Amino acid sequence: MFKKRLSKSPLFARKKKLYGGVNLPGFKSLSNTTRIETLPISPQLVMPLKQHIGEPAKPVVEVGERVLKGQVIAETSGYISAPVHASSSGIVAAIEARPIPHAATIKEPCIVIHTDGKDEWHPAIQPVPKPLKLPAAEIRQRISDAGVVGLGGAVFPSAVKLKPTREIETLIINGVECEPYITCDDVLMRYEADAIIQGALLLARIIKPHEIVVAIEDNKPEAYQSLVNAVERFEQAGVTAVSIINVTQVPTIFPAGGEKQLIKVITGKEVPSGSLPYEVGIVCLNVGTTAAIHDAIYYGRPLVSRIMTVTGDAVGSPGNYRVLLGTPIDFVLSQAGVTAHDDVAVIMGGPMMGVAVADQSVPVVKAANCLLIKSDRQIRQPVASMPCIRCGQCASACPMKLVPQQLYWHARSKSFDKLVTYHIDDCIECGCCQVVCPAKLPLVHYFRFAKSELKAREQERKKADISRLRSETRLLRLEKIKQEQEERKARRKANRKRAASRGDGVVSSATAKPEVSATQQQSPDLESVESPAASESDDQPRTMVR
Amino acid sequence: MPLQQSDTVVSAPFIESRQTISVVMRQVIYALIPGIAVAVYFFGWGVLTNLVIASASALLWESVALYLRKRPIITYLSDTSALLTAVLLGLALPPMAPWWLLVTGTFFAIVVAKQLYGGLGYNTLNPAMAGYAVLLISFPREMSSWITPVTLPAMDMGFVETLVFVFFSELPNSVSLDSLTSATPLDYMRTEIGRGASFNDINSSSVVGAFSGRGAEWINLAILLGGLWLCYKKLISWHIPVTVLTSLGVLAGIFHIYSPDQYAGPLFHLFSGATMLCAFFIATDPVSAATTPLGKVIYGLGIGILIYIIRTWGGYPDAVAFAVLLMNFTAPLLDQYAIPRNYGFKSKGYKSKGVWRKGSIQDE
Repeated sequence: MFKKRLSKSPLFARKKKLYGGVNLPGFKSLSNTTRIETLPISPQLVMPLKQHIGEPAKPVVEVGERVLKGQVIAETSGYISAPVHASSSGIVAAIEARPIPHAATIKEPCIVIHTDGKDEWHPAIQPVPKPLKLPAAEIRQRISDAGVVGLGGAVFPSAVKLKPTREIETLIINGVECEPYITCDDVLMRYEADAIIQGALLLARIIKPHEIVVAIEDNKPEAYQSLVNAVERFEQAGVTAVSIINVTQVPTIFPAGGEKQLIKVITGKEVPSGSLPYEVGIVCLNVGTTAAIHDAIYYGRPLVSRIMTVTGDAVGSPGNYRVLLGTPIDFVLSQAGVTAHDDVAVIMGGPMMGVAVADQSVPVVKAANCLLIKSDRQIRQPVASMPCIRCGQCASACPMKLVPQQLYWHARSKSFDKLVTYHIDDCIECGCCQVVCPAKLPLVHYFRFAKSELKAREQERKKADISRLRSETRLLRLEKIKQEQEERKARRKANRKRAASRGDGVVSSATAKPEVSATQQQSPDLESVESPAASESDDQPRTMVR
Repeated sequence: MPLQQSDTVVSAPFIESRQTISVVMRQVIYALIPGIAVAVYFFGWGVLTNLVIASASALLWESVALYLRKRPIITYLSDTSALLTAVLLGLALPPMAPWWLLVTGTFFAIVVAKQLYGGLGYNTLNPAMAGYAVLLISFPREMSSWITPVTLPAMDMGFVETLVFVFFSELPNSVSLDSLTSATPLDYMRTEIGRGASFNDINSSSVVGAFSGRGAEWINLAILLGGLWLCYKKLISWHIPVTVLTSLGVLAGIFHIYSPDQYAGPLFHLFSGATMLCAFFIATDPVSAATTPLGKVIYGLGIGILIYIIRTWGGYPDAVAFAVLLMNFTAPLLDQYAIPRNYGFKSKGYKSKGVWRKGSIQDE
């Protein structure tokens, strides 16, 4: 009891501070000095059916069909899913497996559109006259229909987040772009602050939070100022709803922009392992997502483009570009002034958590916040890693407070049970441990391997469970049939006996009857079939059934 | 596990720090420089001969072991961990130790305690202290001939004389071994108190300097300086040094208050012998120490307590080596149980999955 009281006292309350983390060089000024440019329409667009977490979308168009910009070409399937819309007008050229941005360069089903250059919007897409007057359920439905997913990189369908079952205290708008090089949220906040604020107000209509916190890292003073000014403008214009908005700066440290980490920094709360933030009364959305929600409601426009940072030492004109989803990366590269395509390494995402792109024909997807293009030499993985010296730097850098060093040993020895008890599921693969490791061990690689292996095992286990269940029910069924046959036999026998000894009188028939009822009692009880006692009492050999 | 070794990028993260094992080890050696300098000032050239011979033979043993184990010699020699072991052992041994003592010591440290266990990162015991313990048990006479601390200019033994003694055990005619060596402050205190002398008598004797063992006090201060620099550079965490020094100091304080005549005070314990070297450089060896914060605290407390017990009631005054080695054995267990509370969980430690999920903080 004393302990409980202690933990309740403010002295022992969890600090509003990140666990671990690393300070990284930003390289942000490479790309955040210019305005957002719009990239021209690529002659071909490749739209993967799965650009989000959850079930892939189902195609609703056919090859040869003309589609218009913003038209649904694949619809949601399942609760956690998102539709895909045509990013520009054109003809559906193919629905087939194409390479997608993935660490293992896999192919997944995509809808390929040959654009006609007209960029003709679908007639149904019209601005909403009074968006803030829409009922909450309708706003949510429109967000879902617009295919809006988390644009910070996690691509979780936003509408799912907005159906919380609990009262929401805090809505966090995440403007903490903590990965080096990436500046798409930074420029968005600088130049489209109004859209973010209006988007936040729309969200507030759905989830009715007590407070909205717009969090920005303190290395983006321009973005911070821009948002503060935007809130002031709304206040002066008489929008009273902005009074709950609190624009705040957070210290620059990687990975403060991770959802769980930012929640800790802003509220001091921790999201319980295996649950979503709304269970502690928090909803957290990226600024890019908020702006996309604004576009989806105010203009009725589904998510067909996103802002992407194109940066790195191999880029002629680094900066932020508004790119249509589905644009092949090589098209983006040539537009951004990357001359020698073959000599560069391309990373989709940031240097800490991005995915190396081996095939440059892969399309820009909803998750693609950055293209980092580096001259090849810089990016190769170091070959020589030394043995772990157990220095514990990884553990002090881990924002989830795991012990990566122990996880490493267990991943290496493939002791999967241990990995589960050491909570490998809670690893967010931020890469902090690997960055600080003096032995240069590819820790995250090991963890990814272990996680995928665990997942595969889980599926194996489920499959095995199903087939075991199936064979058990089959056994039971056969058992039942056998017992019924026996019963019938016994009854026939009894009948025969009765028929034979009809002349003997009442006494013998009375003794025959309990015999029948005894076998009847035994047969239908399914539970007794499994117990060895029951099988032993059976006169018949059971091997046939087995 | 097969790691993808293609010529393109493997996987994120794609950036790395410049911190390597080699850099860490080298910085630890640099942090010892002030301590070495002061030791040379009090004990003469014998300190340097110790360090040089130990380093050379350690590197030799390491190369031989790596060659026999068919490991890349240059890669592992350049991690400088063998050099650090040699420096620590060289500092811990009596200055002007005969060459064969150092070669034997480094053999046990490098080949037996480290390479036979699997090399860098796999040894359970601190190599330097394992080598030291073997020498202490096997060659007690050589291990207890500590040079009387005088200042360098006033020393009888010049550089050449030191070399001659180290390699041929020959002293100049004017000097005898007895005149050169004397009991260390810790040893002196132990025998004198054993004889019934009071701590006050010892305090006024010549083995005690300004506030602790003569000579040793200044060496310990210089090492403390280097250690604080290591902490500042975040090469070691505060846990082990602070807990070693606190538990030793507190224990010494308690007994000193209880009976000032019988037990030396905290200052004496903290600044004599290898206390500071242990707290900042030996106990903090990451490979053989506990790794989690709580584990480090327990580990450090244990070392401090053991140092006091062994110094006060043990058979050898050289408590540090045994304290560290004993606690080395507990490190794997501490790593297993002294686990931090993970993000999103309510309590510490690991339990089976089912029990654990129930304990997640959501329940509150």
